[in-house]
Amino acid sequence: MDLLKKMLQIRLFEERVNKLYGDGLMPGNQHSYRGEEAVAVGVCSSLEPADLIASYHRGNGHMIAKGLDIYRLFAEFLGKEDGYSRGRGGKMHIVVLEKGFLGTNGIVGATVPIACGAAFAAQVRKSGQVAVSFMGDGAVNQGAVHEAMNMASLWKLPVLFVVENNQYAHSVSVTRSSADTCLAHRAFAYNMEGLTVDGNDVLAVKNAAGWAIGKARKGEGPTLLECRTYRWDGHFGGDPGTTYRTREELQQWRDRCPIKNYVAHLTKKGIITAEGYNTIYTEIKEQIEAAATKALEAAEPHPSVALVPLYAEV
Amino acid sequence: MSEKEITFQEALREALYGAMIKDPNLIIIGEDVGPWGGAYGVARGMYQEFGSDRVRDTPISESAIIGYSLGAALNGVRVVCEIQFCDILPVCWDQLANQAAKYFYMSGGTAPVPMTIRVKYGTREGGGPSHAQSLHGAFMQFPGLKVAVPGTPADAKGMLTAAIYDPNPVLFMESHHLYRTKGMVPEEPDYSIPLGQASVLRSGNDLSIITCGGMVPKAIQAAELLEKEGLSVEVVNLRTVVPLDKETILKSVRKTGRAIVFDEGPLPGGVAAEVGMVIAENCFGELKGPVVRIASQPVPPPYSPVLTRAVVPNVEQVVEAGLKLVKGRSAS
Repeated sequence: MDLLKKMLQIRLFEERVNKLYGDGLMPGNQHSYRGEEAVAVGVCSSLEPADLIASYHRGNGHMIAKGLDIYRLFAEFLGKEDGYSRGRGGKMHIVVLEKGFLGTNGIVGATVPIACGAAFAAQVRKSGQVAVSFMGDGAVNQGAVHEAMNMASLWKLPVLFVVENNQYAHSVSVTRSSADTCLAHRAFAYNMEGLTVDGNDVLAVKNAAGWAIGKARKGEGPTLLECRTYRWDGHFGGDPGTTYRTREELQQWRDRCPIKNYVAHLTKKGIITAEGYNTIYTEIKEQIEAAATKALEAAEPHPSVALVPLYAEV
Repeated sequence: MSEKEITFQEALREALYGAMIKDPNLIIIGEDVGPWGGAYGVARGMYQEFGSDRVRDTPISESAIIGYSLGAALNGVRVVCEIQFCDILPVCWDQLANQAAKYFYMSGGTAPVPMTIRVKYGTREGGGPSHAQSLHGAFMQFPGLKVAVPGTPADAKGMLTAAIYDPNPVLFMESHHLYRTKGMVPEEPDYSIPLGQASVLRSGNDLSIITCGGMVPKAIQAAELLEKEGLSVEVVNLRTVVPLDKETILKSVRKTGRAIVFDEGPLPGGVAAEVGMVIAENCFGELKGPVVRIASQPVPPPYSPVLTRAVVPNVEQVVEAGLKLVKGRSAS
């Protein structure tokens, strides 16, 4: 049930953020995770509290799955003082070390070496932590990602590479950008194990991730987990996502909605009823609306926050 | 405090070694830092003493070297990473300038980044376009990074210690001209010089030569030659380009009224231009002549010695400029 609640939280959060963006209330851009919820939730549900994750521009799902506070997320997206970065970062530059969140980022692929570095520290300190590095099908072709994967495998770091293959970077599909469209194959170039899993099946993702995270924690090195999924919305807020994708393709994937799939599974097992689902849905929607309202009314940062502090104190 | 005479290279090694002993979570990574001891010998002996867990050779993967150092810093491990020469920095520019430099800021001040990036730099004959640059000035444009450019062996030890324990990313640029120079260096393992403090290496009243890194010995040479012509010359060793010690610079120029900024990086822009403007903005009334910049020519570094000498700044140029500023004439 926790899996369902988390996926719903992400779905409804994204719908509220899409609206904020559409209403012209968000200074920055939105990169919606709608449709991909099972990946973030499946992976993060297999983590221990001290584990770390690194994300990227399409990071709202990861942040919620890792337990970041929804009000503070809204506040940061709106550039408010209560935001995680006090308005200095925006959606794409949120870092919350106390929750093991290594960051969203505006540079594609940049967080992959950083996640590996955190795993490297875990190895050095023998802390038992695992780091998960999320990236998209676009990021896998970035040079820094190859460097990071090779070194992680060489040093047998406790890291899991999750490639969220939603078939498109922005407008360029995987078939037009990757010489080998089965992204899990890349693992073999670095002597790592690679798996492909149905990214819209939260239990499949959870099981595969759980296995790979356990392996990493035992010191057996990294794994590349390719999750095949699809984003319902465009790449960014202003992109309808239908000029480079067909409506048929979009509809096919919407029919395979990860939340719908999981609800069907829970219903079959007698764990949930339609009524029960509606109750949860309404409750979460209200919580999100309340957080959004509070964030809209929250205070702006003082201009001095732009200038200090620049350095950590020596 | 007892001192002994050692080379710049040995001073660096003392600082690094002292830190490795003191902090069991300090790691050294880079290409050839392990058994080879580092491209310039600064890590010599460390692999043998601390083992491959703490002194790790990496593949040729500079983005990974910087990115890993950043990630490790975020998770409780300090790293001193080595990039073999500054010309390579553009290869890992994103991890350095977009990521390491910005993490503290963009995290709202919650994620300090204690990492040190040691880099060799400096013009040289026979280096050529990608092996002879001096990029310390370029990094002034990436707020969040500190840029250290030690000018003496004592600087090398004190500043590297300070850099390692600084909770901010420090680009530690070592002029290869200085590796074998000798100087008196305090013996205590913890000797530390706060970053952001320039030093006045020579006092004088007629002229301030403001310089850093590899040009420090040349500035002193120029000052000595100018003394023979009857000038009293002050030499200010910046030590760090970021943060820039404006107070020391301005105090010197207010006293002498004349400034030559002598830097190895190319014009336009860079250290020479920034220091020049800081002086012009703040000391306009006290200046007895315009600020003079003596820097490298705005071309990629050439290969042949003859061509290199046509590009890099030299002692004669500083002497010439000094005489013109003070006496309005050339050398006698």
